[in-house]
Amino acid sequence: MTTEAEAPTRWVGNRLPRREDRRMVQGAGRFVGDVPNTHAYHVAFARSPVAAGQILTVDVDAARALRGVIAVFTSGDLGDPQLTAVLERDEFVTTQMPLLARDRVRYAGEPIVVVVAESRYIAEDAIELIDIDIDEWPAVLSFEQGGPDQKPIHDEAPDGVLVDLQMFTDDRLDETLAEAHLLLEETFRSGRVNASPMEARACLADWQERDEQLVLHVSTQVPHQVRTGVAQALGLPERRIRVVAPDVGGGFGQKCVVGREEVVVAAVTAKIRHAVRWDEDRQENLISSFHGREQEYRIRAGFDAAGTMVGLDADISCNIGAYSAYPFSCAVEPLMAASELPGVYKVGRYAARARGFASNKTPTAPYRGVSRPQIVLVMERIMAKAAKRLGIDEIEIRRRNTILADDFPYTGPNGITYDPGSYMEALDLCVAEVKKAGWYEQRGIDDGLLRGIGIINFSERTAYGTATMGMRKMQMTPGFEVSHVRMDASGDVTVTSGTCGHGQGHETTFAQLVADRLGISPDRVKLRQGDTDLVSFGWGTFGSRSLVIGGGSAAVAARKLADQIKIVAAEMLEADAGDIELVDGNATVRGAPGTQLSIDEIAETVHFRAHTLKHHEEYLLEARGTADPPGMFSNATHAALVEIDPGTGGVRVLDYIVVEDCGVVVNPTIVEGQVRGGVAQGIASALFEEMSYTPDGQPQTGTFMDYLVPTASESPSVAIYHLETPCDQTETGAKGMGEGGTIGAPAAVVSAINDALRDYDADIDAVPVTPGVILQVLAQGTRLHEEKL
Amino acid sequence: MKDQHLVTLTVNGREHELLLESRRTLADTLRLDLGLTGTHLGCEHGICGACTVLLDGEPVRACLIFGVQADGRHVRTVESLADGDELNDLQQAFSRHHGLQCGFCTPGFLMLSEAYLSTNPTGDRDEVREVVSANLCRCTGYQGIVDAVCEVACARREKTTDA
Repeated sequence: MTTEAEAPTRWVGNRLPRREDRRMVQGAGRFVGDVPNTHAYHVAFARSPVAAGQILTVDVDAARALRGVIAVFTSGDLGDPQLTAVLERDEFVTTQMPLLARDRVRYAGEPIVVVVAESRYIAEDAIELIDIDIDEWPAVLSFEQGGPDQKPIHDEAPDGVLVDLQMFTDDRLDETLAEAHLLLEETFRSGRVNASPMEARACLADWQERDEQLVLHVSTQVPHQVRTGVAQALGLPERRIRVVAPDVGGGFGQKCVVGREEVVVAAVTAKIRHAVRWDEDRQENLISSFHGREQEYRIRAGFDAAGTMVGLDADISCNIGAYSAYPFSCAVEPLMAASELPGVYKVGRYAARARGFASNKTPTAPYRGVSRPQIVLVMERIMAKAAKRLGIDEIEIRRRNTILADDFPYTGPNGITYDPGSYMEALDLCVAEVKKAGWYEQRGIDDGLLRGIGIINFSERTAYGTATMGMRKMQMTPGFEVSHVRMDASGDVTVTSGTCGHGQGHETTFAQLVADRLGISPDRVKLRQGDTDLVSFGWGTFGSRSLVIGGGSAAVAARKLADQIKIVAAEMLEADAGDIELVDGNATVRGAPGTQLSIDEIAETVHFRAHTLKHHEEYLLEARGTADPPGMFSNATHAALVEIDPGTGGVRVLDYIVVEDCGVVVNPTIVEGQVRGGVAQGIASALFEEMSYTPDGQPQTGTFMDYLVPTASESPSVAIYHLETPCDQTETGAKGMGEGGTIGAPAAVVSAINDALRDYDADIDAVPVTPGVILQVLAQGTRLHEEKL
Repeated sequence: MKDQHLVTLTVNGREHELLLESRRTLADTLRLDLGLTGTHLGCEHGICGACTVLLDGEPVRACLIFGVQADGRHVRTVESLADGDELNDLQQAFSRHHGLQCGFCTPGFLMLSEAYLSTNPTGDRDEVREVVSANLCRCTGYQGIVDAVCEVACARREKTTDA
């Protein structure tokens, strides 16, 4: 990798206020629903009222006749378009997701009919007039399938298994586990949740005859993948579709897949050649967008007497819902779980099987952290259980199993090579900070409330490049990113990238990276992203990739642009290009103080007075940069202090500490914001949030009164300490870090709860830990305690 | 026939006459009829507070109020906070303390906080946390929002005391 030792790093590391904030605090952000189009029609969807069944009749006549209704379409009316996610593996069963359900419905909330009307009010009136007759079938909701009355969800997969991956095998694992001094056999579960971005999904499609384009504004993390999905579903070449993601009100993975409604809206516009918009309401978002996380881990882990793990065997089941999400397929979660379960530990022999089961629930999408919140919970609980059984200190057992500084680069039994991190350093620092903060004194207070501490350690691979993603064998393999950097005649810079920020502050951090290389203020650098007409192609924003890969490619382009500027400056200053430095908006000559030209003047000369330059064969000031690292591991230690009220079973997170290492920190404020927001989401799925269903498959959590997104009252202050192990895979030294907060929090909170309930023999291994769970543990623990007496 | 009403309401100091269907929400009135798209809709059932605006100075959910209910009344939205190019103290504090990420919920938090700040509070951290618990944010974990509101409460109080 090229490094740029001589580049000044003045803006990187700076707590530069965010460029995005000014418009947002004025209400001048432009989200899809804010994009003006006064003529647009509004759509609404008639959705399946049942979880499973055969559609017998759909009567839309009354809806069509309603005044103000423009059109009503069923699947057949649109030509039965569909989306198909493909994984190129024998263990994968390819299934189709029709844009509108045709003959079968597979979950409650599945769209069947789309109504186009003059207003959203009328469209919803029309939905009430649609009569859908369905022969209801028993719903399949869990991994156990094939009950007497149950019918396959997809005929292609009679057993319901859409993907079955035996990722690693070791012939001697069974023997090793059988002979182990300690064998733990444990089951872990995580509930089904909804990422719940504050802006639900939305899109606005319009037909632009002049450009021969269908222009689709959509709230997405992946504009180019939406373009491909629309192009394939509608049979159009990609240039005929322009996808624009303006400001996006959060995504967290829910918007890194292509929603069928988005493609329907495009299809409707292509058909009626009129602007159409869809603003998903919260109930739709909760019950029929994309869910995440419903998983079960059956684990066998063997330890020797000294507490060293000798073998790990995992059988992982993911309830992926009714359809395989496009484009990355339902295999994302099982693949991640099986590949990365060992985490920061040397686990000895390793084998993992990971399956994705279809169910009559809402389809799932990768949600912030993607299986790692669960695998960290699994590994940290395994360590805690082994420590308890073997009588070893919890920190000490981690020390005995953790990949240490001298081990890097370390290649595990999962075939992954870990780049350097600070696993034990982070753990040691966190333990010290917990002590300093007086948590152990608080833990011991005897006032009727129960307090506990959870300290957990993990790493997460970030910024997966092409080679790493290629191993997953998705038909569409993300990885690289391309950025362009252009300087205009006034010396200001526009960066374009295929990333699609939605709260991560890219406009600020990319500007910092570029400004350092060009010797100008970041105020003069504007990032534009989220528009398929701005860049040839891009993979968007997910998987903690954007700053590393998108920002990395922008940094490469900026360095190349700097070289171009230096050549022109050298000619204008009659100096050697190698002696030119770009500092404070000027080109200066090393060793010749006072000899300088402003970058503005250079830019103006290149644009308007090319005739005065000898070296102008290339013309203008613009450069293209790429980045495609294999993917690097960030790491963190999280500590939670919780308080349980034994009367109510309620859990409060009193305090929270994070020690994190994401390599070179470009903007500490933004990194800390990502960590804090991530922790809040992790706590949410540990304690509060769960999409629950009745036995016949009716979702029970269709509003924010039932689906409990935490408020400020449930969210603790988070103290953050930074370690920096620079990454050698990237020009910037940065590692990805958008997901870590969410990954660590469930394990930290659950560990703290088990600690708080130490006198009640608690052994909680599932999230969410609701008050009901706590009260049950307290009741059982009290009984056991009394029996012992 | 639609059930329509002629309504006069003052928004950010400017009077508007509008013909509104009785079921049209105040949020849609502001966003679609007046083009004030800073007020966002996050849940449309009164929980998330993204659509919080001030109705005669009191914070309300614009998704739970009909436009006709604002007849003859004064509405303040996020668009009223800045003075031209100059952001007000609360807007600046939200940025300084990283009280926003995606920015979608921010207008609601700003208007909720303005209403709270107009009561001349002390900026007690627990109280601020309780007040901003009226609204939902999915990005920040709330720490920056609480910091910003506490700081502005203290600063405005000091200013009042000095004067």
